[in-house]
Amino acid sequence: MSAEVTLLGVRHHGPGSARAVAAALEQLRPDVVLVEGPPEADPIIGLAGDKEMVPPVALLAHAVDDPARAAFWPFAVFSPEWVAVRYALEAEVPVRFIDLPAAYGLATEPAGGQDPSEPSGGVPGGTSPDGRPGPALPAGEGPAGDRPAGDAPDGVLPAGGPAGGDPIGALAAAAGHDDAERWWEDVVEHRAPGADALAPFTAVAEAMTALREDGGAGRRDELREAYMRQQVRAARRAGHRRIAVVCGAWHVPALATMPTVAHDRALLATLPKKVRTEITWVPWTHRRLSQHTGYGAGIASPGWYHHLFSTDGDPLARWMTMAADLLRQEDHPVSSAHVIEAVRLAGTLAVMRGRPLAGLTETLDAVRSVMCDGSDVALALVHDRLVIGDALGEVPDAAPAVPLQRDLTRLQRTLRLKPEPEARELDLDLRKENDVARSRLLHRLRLLGVDWGTPSRSAVNSTGTFRESWRLRWEPEFAVRIVEAAQWGTTVEDAATGKAVETAARAGELGALTGLVERCLLAGLSRALPAVMQVLADRAALDTDVAQLAGALTALVRALRYGDVRGTDSGALDAVARGLAERICVGLPPACTGLDAEGAAAMRRSVDEVHTAISLLENAAGPGPDRTPDTAPDHTSGTGPDAAPDPAPDNDAAISRAGGPDGAARPAADALADRWAATLGSLARREPAGGAATGVPGLLRGRAVRLLLDDGRLDSAEAGRRMGLVLSTASAPADAAGWVEGFLSGGGALLLHDARLLGLLDAWLAGVPGEVFTDVLPLLRRTFSALEAGVRRTVGAQVAAGPLGAPSARPAGPAADLDEERADAALPTVALLLGLAGPSPAGPGGPGDGLRLIPRQADRRSA
Amino acid sequence: MTTATTAGTATAEVLREHAEDAFAAELAALAAQDDRPRPERWRLSPWAVATYLLGGALPDGTVITPKYIGPRRIVEVAVTTLATDRALLLLGVPGTAKTWVSEHLAAAISGDSTLLVQGTAGTPEEAVRYGWNYAQLLAHGPSRDALVPSPVMRAMADGKIARVEELTRIPADVQDSLITILSEKTLPVPELGGETQAVRGFNLIATANDRDRGVNELSSALRRRFNTVVLPLPATLDEEVDIVTRRVGQLGRSLDLPELPGGAEEIRRVVTVFRELRDGVTADGRTKVKTPSSTLSTAEAISVVTNGLALAAHFGDGVLRAGDVTTGILGAVLRDPVADQVVWREYLEGVVREREGWKDFYRAARENVR
Repeated sequence: MSAEVTLLGVRHHGPGSARAVAAALEQLRPDVVLVEGPPEADPIIGLAGDKEMVPPVALLAHAVDDPARAAFWPFAVFSPEWVAVRYALEAEVPVRFIDLPAAYGLATEPAGGQDPSEPSGGVPGGTSPDGRPGPALPAGEGPAGDRPAGDAPDGVLPAGGPAGGDPIGALAAAAGHDDAERWWEDVVEHRAPGADALAPFTAVAEAMTALREDGGAGRRDELREAYMRQQVRAARRAGHRRIAVVCGAWHVPALATMPTVAHDRALLATLPKKVRTEITWVPWTHRRLSQHTGYGAGIASPGWYHHLFSTDGDPLARWMTMAADLLRQEDHPVSSAHVIEAVRLAGTLAVMRGRPLAGLTETLDAVRSVMCDGSDVALALVHDRLVIGDALGEVPDAAPAVPLQRDLTRLQRTLRLKPEPEARELDLDLRKENDVARSRLLHRLRLLGVDWGTPSRSAVNSTGTFRESWRLRWEPEFAVRIVEAAQWGTTVEDAATGKAVETAARAGELGALTGLVERCLLAGLSRALPAVMQVLADRAALDTDVAQLAGALTALVRALRYGDVRGTDSGALDAVARGLAERICVGLPPACTGLDAEGAAAMRRSVDEVHTAISLLENAAGPGPDRTPDTAPDHTSGTGPDAAPDPAPDNDAAISRAGGPDGAARPAADALADRWAATLGSLARREPAGGAATGVPGLLRGRAVRLLLDDGRLDSAEAGRRMGLVLSTASAPADAAGWVEGFLSGGGALLLHDARLLGLLDAWLAGVPGEVFTDVLPLLRRTFSALEAGVRRTVGAQVAAGPLGAPSARPAGPAADLDEERADAALPTVALLLGLAGPSPAGPGGPGDGLRLIPRQADRRSA
Repeated sequence: MTTATTAGTATAEVLREHAEDAFAAELAALAAQDDRPRPERWRLSPWAVATYLLGGALPDGTVITPKYIGPRRIVEVAVTTLATDRALLLLGVPGTAKTWVSEHLAAAISGDSTLLVQGTAGTPEEAVRYGWNYAQLLAHGPSRDALVPSPVMRAMADGKIARVEELTRIPADVQDSLITILSEKTLPVPELGGETQAVRGFNLIATANDRDRGVNELSSALRRRFNTVVLPLPATLDEEVDIVTRRVGQLGRSLDLPELPGGAEEIRRVVTVFRELRDGVTADGRTKVKTPSSTLSTAEAISVVTNGLALAAHFGDGVLRAGDVTTGILGAVLRDPVADQVVWREYLEGVVREREGWKDFYRAARENVR
């Protein structure tokens, strides 16, 4: 036993530790390097030296039969373990991982509760749990395998760790510092390696020994340390003379004193049975290194660490220059003088705070004060791009397949979808379970950027919501994309969920978010929805562009309908859609004021979209017995003090009704419809009193009246009166023309189906005095010329046929000699088409119920 | 002249003592025990200045009362800035203790907080540079004796801290006369063919209102001579409610308003509304809301509540009700008649309507909105 074992206790992902390890190894020249990490990775450890391996990367171990049970060991350039591995590979000495095999950790079911006070690695930043959503995924872990308690080899064992759970915290407190992280930075990470590269490790080991004297090591730590000791013994037996061990500082004392072999064997005998695991390298990102889940052990500043580690000379000045560069790109005026002042301020702050070097806190304080004018907004940019950073790792092709690929292969087999390079069409019937699963898989892959299937127009039927057509084509580069996507999760579902949540957080526009919601619904990612919807709600709250809101509402309502077809829970979606509608109701009238012709035309489309969307939203809420559009919707008023029925679509009345006592329990759909009607009403009333800029353009007012009329919220007499007012000579001709256009737009055929409307127009036209008529004629000519030729002709014929003032005066040619018997014969078919239960007798209410389900045709263009 | 009056007035008689007089004992204790290096002409070391502002206990048991309650970081950056000979710009909405902090900084560093230029739209260049004693000028011609130095000029000569209040209210051309002072550390006097050079220890603290844009934005040349520190609004709801309650109480007494029931609840609601609209997110952190263009400072919340109290006492039923404060809130929120109206309506419909126990508030507010 003459072998010399040197223990290098580190903080995981500490750049100072990494430098110290590099210097120590250089001095030691060991003939074997043992690194804390999963021994399963030994066969692929050589890949770390590959040219194409670019950190940040992670070792990913997963149970073979259940890819969702996985653990990660991330490595960055500045991780001491990475430095050690690279050193060994370059010096061509053997390197081995010596932690307890991942197979034990994955053997136990991941428990739900994670103990936040258990950083058994003993150093801040030691664990790096990945922040993927969903309880099915066990938390990833630092290179030391600092598992949360639930992942312990034996879940029933008490969690380890020293009293208070934070050994560094205890040390820092002993040194009179309240911030453990900062203290460690000052004494270890910011210290340049001295003459004796091993001195810092001796000091750390002593401190840890003192800490561990009060016991504190948990059962799980004991197991891991026993295993590590066994590995050290094995290295000795193999004849190595100079053994370097790189492990978490916390473990150093336990490895320094070797108990008997029998003691360790007895301990390890208690381990559960191993599960079959596979391990591989996957690309990682700085952003994921920085994520915290539950217990704040993520690396808060990977970008900063990376800079500290990779910059020789003065890191502060370089970093400030980078920050200035970044701010300049975003149009903040930052000069070299600013950089100089920021460096000075950071240095002086460090002196005042008694720190050896300016740390991240001082640096950021200086950037905020000097370069960002004290603003946290600009600072957030620096934080996001420099402190965390965008680095994305790369893994060589030789790395074994990722679990995501395995999961995909398994799904391809069970769903009988073979990846083929030649394109083929696939029609899916979403009423079949297998087809729904296939559709979900394709949609999920699309979210992950693997466009194996692209939606196509079906030759069979393109309108049914239960049918979906795909064009399948497997491209070789998808394999690479899947490796890239492996960072999001180990199964297709998890990965798609993770990706969707991340995409939502970075989405810039409302439209992108609603699109994402639709895709999440299509892909059946119910776990991603809450997060995406939260972002959507936040974004909508800040958006002031009514047109954008309208687009988002339409998309959401469409998504709601998909949700119906696919049986997804869409409660959250409904709530957000209603919130959006609410915002539109508030924001629409001001947004419509003073629009020019072009803006008005665009806004009219938005208004139409919102109208359709709101009525669909109502329908989706489930039809009630009294939800016919013609009854005044005052049944929601309940007993509220403001509940007096008010047939006029008055803004205030509608809103107080919704605020009534029973409106709180569940915002009734009618309340929303009421609000929308009130909004339209106020739109219709806002006439431009003093110039076009002072009111709503005629196009929109006419459209509002028409929509209200279609919904039965205005009677034809009132609509006629308004039409008369608008078309009088007092109105500006352009405005009047717009009004008629808005009123008749998209519904020329309506004049044929609804004689009431044509009657209105005809009656008014007949009442126009001769001299005014010549003024009005061009306006009407323009509107009618936009109508379809057939409609124009029929309108002309009907007008020529005689007076049509009232709806009853509708030309009733065929109705005169109706063959009742023949008509009855068609009834069962009609009933079937309408989806009514059995041929219903023409009793009162029967057909009425059915008819209610027919979507309104009012807005359908007859072209 | 100034010195004469100060000396002639017994300290007990003045309405408000200068910081260096009011806390003379603390400053002396700090100076006595401060063994850290001090920049030239500083009465205390930077560390002791920070302690003076943030409070603490000295080794001999002297307790230093906290002058500023807020993030430690801010005070540290401010003191460090002054030590690096860069000028300090304190930004913040009204009522965030900008003036208070600047006064105490000057008192602790130079032992003199009186070298003050109050910025107004009418602040002349003489207030920043120097003026002339015209009698002297006419009698003896231009000379040093005829020169009337500004507080800034005196601070330069003595190596002290000068203060400029409300820097952004000062006309741009007058502001810019600070550029030479801050970059060259000298004040030329062309009439006498000389200059006054700043000696070590001179620095300048300016305060400005950062929500009140459009007054006189600093030129970028001037701006880059300053390190900026933004003084934040109260961090928590309770802290702000506490501040409002205390101030309303003081104001109410001086206005002889009777104590009214219902005040505590309404104050909490007013502060909640102000905070939510200001922060753009509801108190529970779940929903985002739009932010109006108005400032919505704590000071405005105080005036809304005081106003409501007066309404309730003189015209109401003697109880502070939602209706008494909603009018005031509306006035505070709506600065832009169109955009802010939308913000307020959305807030009412989206947040207030659904909130438990706010029904009366919602109704009262609805009545005020058209």
